[in-house]
Amino acid sequence: MREKILAVIEKNSRIDVHDLAILLGESEVAVANEIAEMEKEHIICGYHTLINWDNTSEEKVNAMIEVKATPQRGMGFDKLAERIYQYPEVNSLYLMAGAFDFMVIIEGKTMRQVAQFVSDKLAPLDTIQSTATHFVLKKYKDHGTVLVDEIQDERMLITP
Amino acid sequence: MRNPLSDRIVTIPPSGIRKFFDIASEMKDVISLGVGEPDFDTPWHIREEGIYSLEKGRTFYTANAGLKELRTEIRNYTRRKYDVTYDADTEVMVTVGGSEAIDIALRAMLNPGDEVLIPQPSYVSYVPCTILADGVPVTIELEAKDQFRLTAEKLREKITPKTKVLILPFPNNPTGAIMEREDLEEIAAIVEEYDLFVLSDEIYAELTYAQNPHVTIASLPGMRERTILINGFSKAFAMTGWRLGYACGPAVIIRQMLKIHQFAIMCAPTTSQYAAIDALRNSDEDVRHMRESYDQRRRYLLHAYEEMGMDCFEPLGAFYTFPSIKRFGMTSDEFAMQLLYEEKVAVVPGTAFGDSGEGYLRISYAYSLKSLKEALGRIQRFVERLDAKK
Repeated sequence: MREKILAVIEKNSRIDVHDLAILLGESEVAVANEIAEMEKEHIICGYHTLINWDNTSEEKVNAMIEVKATPQRGMGFDKLAERIYQYPEVNSLYLMAGAFDFMVIIEGKTMRQVAQFVSDKLAPLDTIQSTATHFVLKKYKDHGTVLVDEIQDERMLITP
Repeated sequence: MRNPLSDRIVTIPPSGIRKFFDIASEMKDVISLGVGEPDFDTPWHIREEGIYSLEKGRTFYTANAGLKELRTEIRNYTRRKYDVTYDADTEVMVTVGGSEAIDIALRAMLNPGDEVLIPQPSYVSYVPCTILADGVPVTIELEAKDQFRLTAEKLREKITPKTKVLILPFPNNPTGAIMEREDLEEIAAIVEEYDLFVLSDEIYAELTYAQNPHVTIASLPGMRERTILINGFSKAFAMTGWRLGYACGPAVIIRQMLKIHQFAIMCAPTTSQYAAIDALRNSDEDVRHMRESYDQRRRYLLHAYEEMGMDCFEPLGAFYTFPSIKRFGMTSDEFAMQLLYEEKVAVVPGTAFGDSGEGYLRISYAYSLKSLKEALGRIQRFVERLDAKK
């Protein structure tokens, strides 16, 4: 049941437990318990909203920063990761295989603010060797959802 | 001037769906639960194969029977999924949708006066295609008490010395009924006893929600040589607009079907055929995902009917529900028309699929949950008003 619950709420976290139970053919209590359990186990870590900020008057700038770093003895990259993810500007932080070590995704109000974060906060960290900042120009698809065009039902009203 | 028309075609009434469609499309803000096609787009990897084939300039005719590569994949697919193996060279042909296969199978098999048994409610083309092929349609009226399955008893009742072909339309449009192995075994015994042939329209085979997966009658002992198995890409892979289906069966019949196809059609669309190869090879996960999604919405609809006191047997196939409206004392047509005018919800009266559909509606769940919710809210309002009047 877990996988089925997750598959549905990953796409629609606002669905209420009543409807979810009907869709899955389970009892409401069972579904609610399972969700509570998964929250406790940190399988479900939050219920966020997917916002296309481009369609608001709010200015947002997103950047992806490649970071090369030197792992620390006995701690690998985890200690440095902790220092990076504590910053509220950091939206996502991933340890990467390949040409660099961390991918830091940050959100700021202006490019200047982002640049300042990189030069003042990120780059000076002890074990960081280098950074490369890439600004996002346009989001086409985010979290599996296409942001650019509206989907319309083009089927004929009635077909045999 | 002489009458330019054939008497036979003029006497065939147009599809009962037509009238509804005309009214509904004139109205604004209609929510429809009336379509007979998936709400999913064709999976992207399949569409991409179609695009690639165009880019590579594959814009020519294919062999009449379809691309060899596609026929081979069809052979592999029916073997893998339904445990029945056909020879890709002589027993498989690619058609323009399952509907062409129905037409040419009947034309290849019927002599004037041969009777064709057609269980109803069922898809709209079996009766007209039978008439156009000089056959005589004999309908078998299925009932909710049998979960709209074809029973041995009902089949026997309608068999005469002239009966030649039995159409087996399961999983069924419009009822959502299926036939399970035990049901088919009983039918198969009678088919053999009376030396009949079966035209098994299994276009919804991928969409079943029972414990056991779909069984084709062709896989039962002795049935392969008596069965034309019809399937296609429209429902399983959400490819309605690509117009692609296929027929598998004994070479003696396929050879004659191919002759009609050769002269009337030439070959199925080339682009669609290339895309279809990919569909059969790489879509198990897509199909599983779509089936799960339909199943969830199916449960949602059945639950909603229960809440509003609408009687409905549990459909285990396709993407239709077939609720009864008998308690309201209206005909299907009246109910559907009034629902359309008062609440702007379009559904299809059961009678569009045969007289035995009287008292029922076909309501499709190939819609987003959001649309279903809105439509069901309107239907509930409508039903409450009818109940209040009583």
